[in-house]
Amino acid sequence: MKPVGERVVEWTLKGLAFSALASLLLIAVFIFMEGAPFMVRLGVKDFLFSSDWRPQEGHYGIFAMIVASVWVTLGAMLVGAPLGIAGAVFLNEFAPESVRRVIKPMIELLAGIPSVVYGFIGVMVVAPLIREHLGGAGLSVLAAALILGVMILPTVISISSDAIGSVPRSYREGALALGATRWQSVHMVVLKAARSGIAASVILGMGRAVGETMAVIMVAGNAVTIPHSPLDSVCTLTAKIALEMGSAVGLHRQALFATGVVLFIGIMVLNGLAMAAMKKRSART
Amino acid sequence: MKFVTSVLLAGVALVVMTSGCGRKAETAFTVAGSTAFQPFAEKLADQFMASHPDVNITVQGGGSSLGIQSALSGTAQIGMADLVILPPEASALTPVVAARDGIAIIVNPANLIKTLTTEQIRAVFNGTTGNWKELGGEDRPIRVVSRETGSGTRSSFEQVVGGISLLREALVQDSNGTIRETVANDRDSLGYLSHGLLNAKVSAVSVDGVACTADQIVAGQYKLVRPVYLLTKGAPAGAVKDFIDYILSAEGQDMIKQDGLLPAK
Repeated sequence: MKPVGERVVEWTLKGLAFSALASLLLIAVFIFMEGAPFMVRLGVKDFLFSSDWRPQEGHYGIFAMIVASVWVTLGAMLVGAPLGIAGAVFLNEFAPESVRRVIKPMIELLAGIPSVVYGFIGVMVVAPLIREHLGGAGLSVLAAALILGVMILPTVISISSDAIGSVPRSYREGALALGATRWQSVHMVVLKAARSGIAASVILGMGRAVGETMAVIMVAGNAVTIPHSPLDSVCTLTAKIALEMGSAVGLHRQALFATGVVLFIGIMVLNGLAMAAMKKRSART
Repeated sequence: MKFVTSVLLAGVALVVMTSGCGRKAETAFTVAGSTAFQPFAEKLADQFMASHPDVNITVQGGGSSLGIQSALSGTAQIGMADLVILPPEASALTPVVAARDGIAIIVNPANLIKTLTTEQIRAVFNGTTGNWKELGGEDRPIRVVSRETGSGTRSSFEQVVGGISLLREALVQDSNGTIRETVANDRDSLGYLSHGLLNAKVSAVSVDGVACTADQIVAGQYKLVRPVYLLTKGAPAGAVKDFIDYILSAEGQDMIKQDGLLPAK
């Protein structure tokens, strides 16, 4: 029998630990309760596969926004994944200790910059550059992808860096002993061994990109169309919810919650994939 | 022993805090809604509170629809809505016109177009006219910038111009300020915003030959005008009534005029 004080502390800590889980559960239940009945009533097909969004006239189709979210996210991955993985490889395999000591905290600092600041830079610097040199409105898929690509760098770099760092030293030594150059040992041995962790970092970065709202509202232009080129302006799922939630009532509000359900499921799937990838790694090593 | 002292301290703290709150019989109420009128309401509330230290007014934005909702639900005692036609649910509220606001059609200062007709504006926002050349300008595409659904400025604009079904490619910005920035930065764009928020970075075009100036709006010549309503549940009473009376007084109306809106009458 433990002393009473011990048990009180134990139970308090247990309660606090579960409160995080409870809030997740509450959010999930709330969003689904508000959004799912709407989807069923409108018809899942009409909701997901129509791109006609005119709430005043009772049209709620989010296809254009789904496409927009996918484009913007994939664009962000094209920018962020190569940069992030290359950065992690450099930090772990090539950078001298002194350089690493400077760069690592700076990348962590990048994660601390508020998204509205990224958005501001997008509006003031990136969008005008695109408008002048490439045409279009400037506020576009491309601008959003560039900004988000930089925003996800900390996620991609820190997780891939952990994955690369956990590759046993003996792998590298083995490769070098067999006559491989440093670069050969990196891309043939280290990257292969760390690939599931790197995949997880990319997927988690993707989750961040899908969910980002403020910066995207500022730089994507928010036109509810299916984009035909990276210079077109788009409205992502998150942007739509944030733009209209303040004033939406009745069906419109439910439609936004249903949009939240779609987003929630999408991000859950991405996180699930990332966790599966990580698990594979830990099972093997 | 330690435990007892901390309980005692907590008790003392509690007594001090509650007595602090109860010292003064304050009347507090909330004003919420239209973001176009929000800065005016804030300034008016500050002035009012300076002369009525026992009243505490909180001013919030959120948009005209939210203003109506909050007034209905009681989360705000006064809802602000700048709409030409109040929605049916607002019929349960008592409206007072506090000011009038012109809606300026704005283009980039580099744009050659200085005047448009209502017909042309409608065609551009519907997407049937897509090039400045069709309006007598350069051969460049028109980039339409609009507000989000639920914005009072947007619904007023659409109601006054009439027959607008916004083209899908239109950019959407979520405040008067960001619309102004977008148009100021992009020479091909066309947008609209509250007359009170015009500045030198954008230029307002004449509509049907009438310039968007305070004089023309007051004279009733400029057509794109909407009222700003203050909505209360039932007839205003007590401090809420005093505040509304203050806004409608010569002093309140003067202040509204100074900052770019137009007096109610």
